[in-house]
Amino acid sequence: MNDVMAATGFDVARIREDFPILRQTVRGKKLVFLDSAASAQKPRPVIDAMVQAMETQYANVHRGLHWMSERTTEAYEAARDAVAGLLNARERAEIVFTGSVTGSLNLMAHSYGRGVLKPGQAVLISAMEHHSNIVPWQMLRDERGIELRVCPISDAGELDMAAFEALLADGKVGLVSITHMSNVLGTYTPAERIVALAHAHGAKVLFDGAQAVVHRKVDVQALGCDFYAFTGHKLYGPTGIGVLWGRRELLEAMPPFMGGGDMISSVTYERSTWAQVPHKFEAGTPPILEGIGLRAAVDYVQAIGYPAIAAHEAALTEHALARMSAIEGVHVIGRAQDRGGVVSFTLDRAHPHDVATLLDRQGIAVRAGHHCAEPLMHRLGLESTARASFGIYTTTEEIDVLADTLTRVREFFA
Amino acid sequence: MSGEHESGGTMFDDLRDLYQEVILDHGRRPRHMQRLARFDATAKGDNPMCGDRVQVWVAFAPDGTIEQAGFEARGCAISIASADLMAETVVGHNKQDARALFASFREMAKTGACPDCAPALEPALERLKPLSGVHEYPSRVKCATLPWHALAAALDDVKEATSE
Ligand SMILES: Cc1ncc(COP(=O)(O)O)c(C=O)c1O
Repeated sequence: MNDVMAATGFDVARIREDFPILRQTVRGKKLVFLDSAASAQKPRPVIDAMVQAMETQYANVHRGLHWMSERTTEAYEAARDAVAGLLNARERAEIVFTGSVTGSLNLMAHSYGRGVLKPGQAVLISAMEHHSNIVPWQMLRDERGIELRVCPISDAGELDMAAFEALLADGKVGLVSITHMSNVLGTYTPAERIVALAHAHGAKVLFDGAQAVVHRKVDVQALGCDFYAFTGHKLYGPTGIGVLWGRRELLEAMPPFMGGGDMISSVTYERSTWAQVPHKFEAGTPPILEGIGLRAAVDYVQAIGYPAIAAHEAALTEHALARMSAIEGVHVIGRAQDRGGVVSFTLDRAHPHDVATLLDRQGIAVRAGHHCAEPLMHRLGLESTARASFGIYTTTEEIDVLADTLTRVREFFA
Repeated sequence: MSGEHESGGTMFDDLRDLYQEVILDHGRRPRHMQRLARFDATAKGDNPMCGDRVQVWVAFAPDGTIEQAGFEARGCAISIASADLMAETVVGHNKQDARALFASFREMAKTGACPDCAPALEPALERLKPLSGVHEYPSRVKCATLPWHALAAALDDVKEATSE
């Protein structure tokens, strides 16, 4: 336990008590869950908030005049306040709820991409994006003639900032849409520099914060970015809810994405007018219970506090890198200076899927595959990796179990 | 985790039905992992979920039986071993028998056995039996069947297949 954690009273044993699933055994072994980057486990307050809402006050939102609907609307809209607080947004109206970060990025590609960007302009991504921050822009390119540029990375897995600046130089890039933390390499991208360079060249900046927001405090005003997207289920919240934060004036200038109920001001057969932001972007019955669950997750994370979370995970990551690098035949993929709690690796003579199956036999859950980042795999000259990822409930002992077991896996395939 | 130093051997003993020696051996040293210089049919197989890829080549004898099969693949030990054993066992079978063998093998991979399989296929199935352990690992069944999907596509003159 280091100073920051001691000072904040961070106690991983106590946190683990909040996660009922961690008491499970898998194949007769104690569960060692090292796949939080794919989706995190849920603490008791999240589970309870959703169950309680269903048991005591559930109804549709924004439309009933009855007591249940009013209570549910309040609870759902409180999630918007919680997320605005989490990101330090200027106002709650800047928080748009979507189905996932994939939904947020598609909203951006449709609404900003088709409504604000012009043919001849470009979108700039990086060589370490998740498919969800590649494919929507590819579809936009093919449909609208908006160029897609890709900023290269170094072998260590860091953004090539000289190339980044060069790609902005002709002033055609209208939007930089880039990961804030790689789900494969763990790399944190230099957000402030990205924003400064992009703005200097007339481009707006959207961060895919699906991983980043889990491990560190994100202050959108301090970052100076224009849009920020993340997904609830990786932040200890439920699936089915994502967030898009955008500056109000930018959101207001964007056309709606989906049409339907809740997003309109008035409808006639001749024409419809749109509701104010954020509702303009929230057609149909929203993810009500998921919003209530997300609020509980945000409160939970905030109560523990990012300084403690970041310190805990930095210590885990350092320990993991040291232990895994010491195993003969194990190669850690990605050596960025600034990184979070995601460690990809390969093992000589064993395919990542086989590694994952053997680890699973010992109750250890890791992910294996291309991690929805095939172009990054190609860049690295790999087909797939195994990946261990950490959360607030991960312990040093679990990483030791992983490392000890990997040594045995190596023997098995030797 | 137990404190005593279990070797990779004992720690994973209960995985031996999945990773039988035959599979580890053929996964490590496949005998038929080659593009055929002369071939009559070829097709690719692709499992987009996990990134496994395989291409299969087949050459027929004048009587319509498979004279030789070869493959190139990237994938786990199970998919490589399965492709290799497939290339071995389909030789001498005509298209119809090869399809029947695939059907029987698929049944075995999914359920662990193939009680109603044609007696004529039994020697080949016996050879493929070490792969039947995948039936206890639903996420790995497609690793074993992907090469066969590619073979079936080649026999049907289709260029690409994906595992189910
Ligand atoms: C960096 C990154 N972006 C996007 C996603 C997609 O998240 P979701 O499937 O919740 O939309 C993920 C998670 O898989 C991710 O790690």
